[in-house]
Amino acid sequence: MSTLVERQQVRARKAATEREGGGMSSAEGWRRRLPLLPALIFTLIVTQVPFLFTIWYSLQNWNLLRPEGNKFVGLANYVDIFSDSTFRGAALNSVLFTVACVFFAMLLGIIFALLLDRSFAGRGVVRTLLITPFLIMPVASSLLWSISILNPSYGLLNWVIGLVGIPPVDWTSQHPIVSILMALVWQWTPFMMLLVLSGLQAQSKDVLEAAQVDGAGWWRTFISVTLPQLRRYIELGILLGAIYVVNTFDQIYLMTAGGPGTASANLPFYIYQRAFLGFDIGQAAAMGVVVVIATIIVATLALRLIFKSFDVKD
Amino acid sequence: MLTTVTWVLALIFFSPVLWMVLTSFKQESAAASDPPVFFFAPTLDQYRAVLDSGAGSYFANSAIATGVSTILVVILAVPASYALSIRPVKKTSDVLFFFISTRMLPVVAVIMPIYVIAGQLKVLDNVWTLVVLYTSMNLPIAVWMMRSFFLEVPGEVLEAAQMDGAGLMKTLVRVLMPMVAPGLAATALICVIFAWNEFFFALILTAGQSATVPVFLVSQMTSEGLFLAQLSAASVLASLPVVIAGWVAQKQLVRGLSMGAVK
Repeated sequence: MSTLVERQQVRARKAATEREGGGMSSAEGWRRRLPLLPALIFTLIVTQVPFLFTIWYSLQNWNLLRPEGNKFVGLANYVDIFSDSTFRGAALNSVLFTVACVFFAMLLGIIFALLLDRSFAGRGVVRTLLITPFLIMPVASSLLWSISILNPSYGLLNWVIGLVGIPPVDWTSQHPIVSILMALVWQWTPFMMLLVLSGLQAQSKDVLEAAQVDGAGWWRTFISVTLPQLRRYIELGILLGAIYVVNTFDQIYLMTAGGPGTASANLPFYIYQRAFLGFDIGQAAAMGVVVVIATIIVATLALRLIFKSFDVKD
Repeated sequence: MLTTVTWVLALIFFSPVLWMVLTSFKQESAAASDPPVFFFAPTLDQYRAVLDSGAGSYFANSAIATGVSTILVVILAVPASYALSIRPVKKTSDVLFFFISTRMLPVVAVIMPIYVIAGQLKVLDNVWTLVVLYTSMNLPIAVWMMRSFFLEVPGEVLEAAQMDGAGLMKTLVRVLMPMVAPGLAATALICVIFAWNEFFFALILTAGQSATVPVFLVSQMTSEGLFLAQLSAASVLASLPVVIAGWVAQKQLVRGLSMGAVK
């Protein structure tokens, strides 16, 4: 809704100014731009200047452990990256963590939101319980999961599965990816739930009643009425969730340190390792550039998609 | 029936947090026991130990980095989002896309130059470095959120202000700010959550002197073995400010997180 209204307002305001003065004078243009400039200049300097340096570093053979310093090597770092199987593994893990976390968090989020979208005793309390994992400091929740819940000898999870006769599992070393996913899904489900819940509450009751009158069952109503109406909320949740989850660092650093070996490293963690433990600045910078290019491509497609769906829906 | 299911699911989902809180009130021997101990005489020893271990300076650093960066974000974002909504500049959508694209870029791609530049400027292990970085981290989201709140202000209000001859500052402060105050609060809350919980920059750019609460938590884990109960108490203390703020502002939180794009 808002998008169309926004555009109309913007258009109306533009038309109004054009009527007033016959196009924007340059003084007026600057007067309008002025409030924007501090934020724009600040963002340009703090985010773009370092990135230009990253591009420059990526063209150097620069390892802090080697005394001879850095020398220009052109695209050699990039060639090395694409023959680096660890990099490919980390890239694959990045995709896996992001897709799996967003999918399961969204699925659970929808279920919780549907359960909460009814009036029942203690609804406020239940909602509060359910959003808490999102508010817990990620460092704290990573430590909580790896030490308190998943510990092989005194962890809570092994005790629980022991109750039904399943032998204890050394979660973080035998199943590092599953372990990290548990913590990630746990953290992101509340976010998806809140988004879907606000979508459910915006749903018009007339349509639901009409569906009931037509004799549609609960499942049928959910699939053909509720889900299409939730589409924008779900897409937004996927987009925002993916932006944050793809950058996951805390859980990996604290739960598995990317291990065993590099089995559970994602790109942010692997680049961190190359740069700050391997001191290989050139390599790490080149990886950073590759990740940025990949992110721009994916993000542009995703943003297009989401803007388009907003417009169509309006 | 459904209500029972909901309650059970919610309690299972919440149980890790409950477990952390329970553990924080245990003695160390009871914290790391197999099978787990559910009934015990609660003690505040762990909280005392955390506060005695010099947590104060970490909390002070986090408070400065979070508080000052949030204030800076608001000061920069309000005029910018005004320029992008109420009296839109040319190429508004390009500017908006630029802002959000900076948030999508992986932090790790710019951390090395930031580290090198900070080293040359002699501002490594300096809390003000974090202030600048947290401001740039939250600014794009704040601009998007504030813009969507500004767009909801009815046009008549602005026309009325113009008729009365109110200038930019006056219109902003007297007319617009009161109308978008709830949105501003939600924006500030989001910035506080992200800044308070931020770990990556803090890990790389700070050490003892200017380290923040997440770094403190990690240091609790690695120093002289593992004290599970004490670590739990530290985790509870570290999370508490954001948890309470989030509980109080649940409804605004979702609106803010969705950047107001969906209504």
